[in-house]
Amino acid sequence: MALAKRIIPCLDVENGRVVKGVQFVDIRDAGDPVEVSKRYNEQGADEITFLDITATHEGRDTTVHTVEKIASEVFIPLTVGGGIRTVDDIRTMLNAGADKVSINSAAIFNPDFVKEAADRFGSQCIVVAIDAKCVSAEGEPKRWEIFTHGGRKPTGIDAVEWARKMTAFGAGEILLTSMDQDGMKNGFDLDVTSAISEAVHVPVIASGGVGNLQHLVDGVKLGKADAVLAASIFHFGEYSVPEAKQFMRDQGVEVRL
Amino acid sequence: MSKATIAVIDYGMGNLHSVASALEHVAPNHDIVISSEAEVIANAERIIFPGVGAMRDCMAEIKRLNFHRLVPELIASGKPVLGICVGMQALMTHSEENGGVEAINQLPGEVKFFGEDLTENGERLKVPHMGWNTVSQTADHPIWHGIEDNAHFYFVHSYYAKSEDKDLVIGRCQYGLEFDVVLAKDNLVAVQFHPEKSHSNGLQLLKNFSQWNTGA
Repeated sequence: MALAKRIIPCLDVENGRVVKGVQFVDIRDAGDPVEVSKRYNEQGADEITFLDITATHEGRDTTVHTVEKIASEVFIPLTVGGGIRTVDDIRTMLNAGADKVSINSAAIFNPDFVKEAADRFGSQCIVVAIDAKCVSAEGEPKRWEIFTHGGRKPTGIDAVEWARKMTAFGAGEILLTSMDQDGMKNGFDLDVTSAISEAVHVPVIASGGVGNLQHLVDGVKLGKADAVLAASIFHFGEYSVPEAKQFMRDQGVEVRL
Repeated sequence: MSKATIAVIDYGMGNLHSVASALEHVAPNHDIVISSEAEVIANAERIIFPGVGAMRDCMAEIKRLNFHRLVPELIASGKPVLGICVGMQALMTHSEENGGVEAINQLPGEVKFFGEDLTENGERLKVPHMGWNTVSQTADHPIWHGIEDNAHFYFVHSYYAKSEDKDLVIGRCQYGLEFDVVLAKDNLVAVQFHPEKSHSNGLQLLKNFSQWNTGA
């Protein structure tokens, strides 16, 4: 018996609906976030991540209500990310029932925000999301940089160094998305996942690129991820969470069945 | 007739809504109140003592609100009391977190750090211990009713409790080392994991607590 590797379905939510873009272009509707969360909860998901991609203020109020509804019906950990920029944003989401918040671009613009957030609310609820893209040329040692704006804007920040810095500032977990792989269904970027997982002492969630169940196993075994996050393979019914867990267990990965 | 009450003690550390909504889910015959008022808490039929965050901050708030006196009184009164996570740790004698913090001392023992170089089978383990791990039931207790041995519960912590009195230990967990995760003494139960986040096993445990007849 050991700590189980976690499977985390991710809900990208816009204006109160679950959506999943393929590389942020083709957006398909995947349902009501409360219903989707309940379904994953019943299926035995280990955690749920809710990423708010709504741009408007009115939409963000909807998000708070949605989080409240999910939290009152789903008794597994819930992480909320997207647009978390201030201590008040964090408090609003925690009060709505989120267990953790995920901070992305606000950490890049103001790294001390992560420190302040961890001091105020505890590291256990502060996740730093990293969107990384490989920037080394072929033949060079691999190197990844942080990108913002859905993978369009480079920041010049080295992803592994950034992960180290963020955990030193109090991040309790890293949510790592490969912008090269996201939506491609070719599997996680295992190199950046293992590089970051080995560089930090906190859990790392691998994200971006899952197309089949072997990819989940690879993320844990080769990428050394502590948890794996996926959206579309679950949303569109290609695989269920129990199928994913059984497959992982058959491959020797410790899971909660 | 008004319903009996389960009070969730609020000392400003962390979000208590998930504990409250999980209780509402499993204890429909109870009123669930989140409160920092001594009178409201003392009038409840049973009490939850939760906690998240750093021990020093938690104990500072507990003392500021005089809960370091109230909680032992509640325990002495014979009412069922459930400590959760840092609530469990605050019930111990002392924690080595934040350079050493004196706790409420209702369960004799120390709260210790997992350490930076925790390993299992040659593999480096991450700290905090975050996620689902199995709990072995080392003794019978009404709180285990309907829950299988080695069932999974959700944990998030970097410090663990070490009971001085092994007879109080009713649940243990393994993460690099074996440690005490459920302690029981008369009408008091303390758990390291988060039952409110532990899906059906956690809900069952909270239900058991809501129905637990301590004979008081």
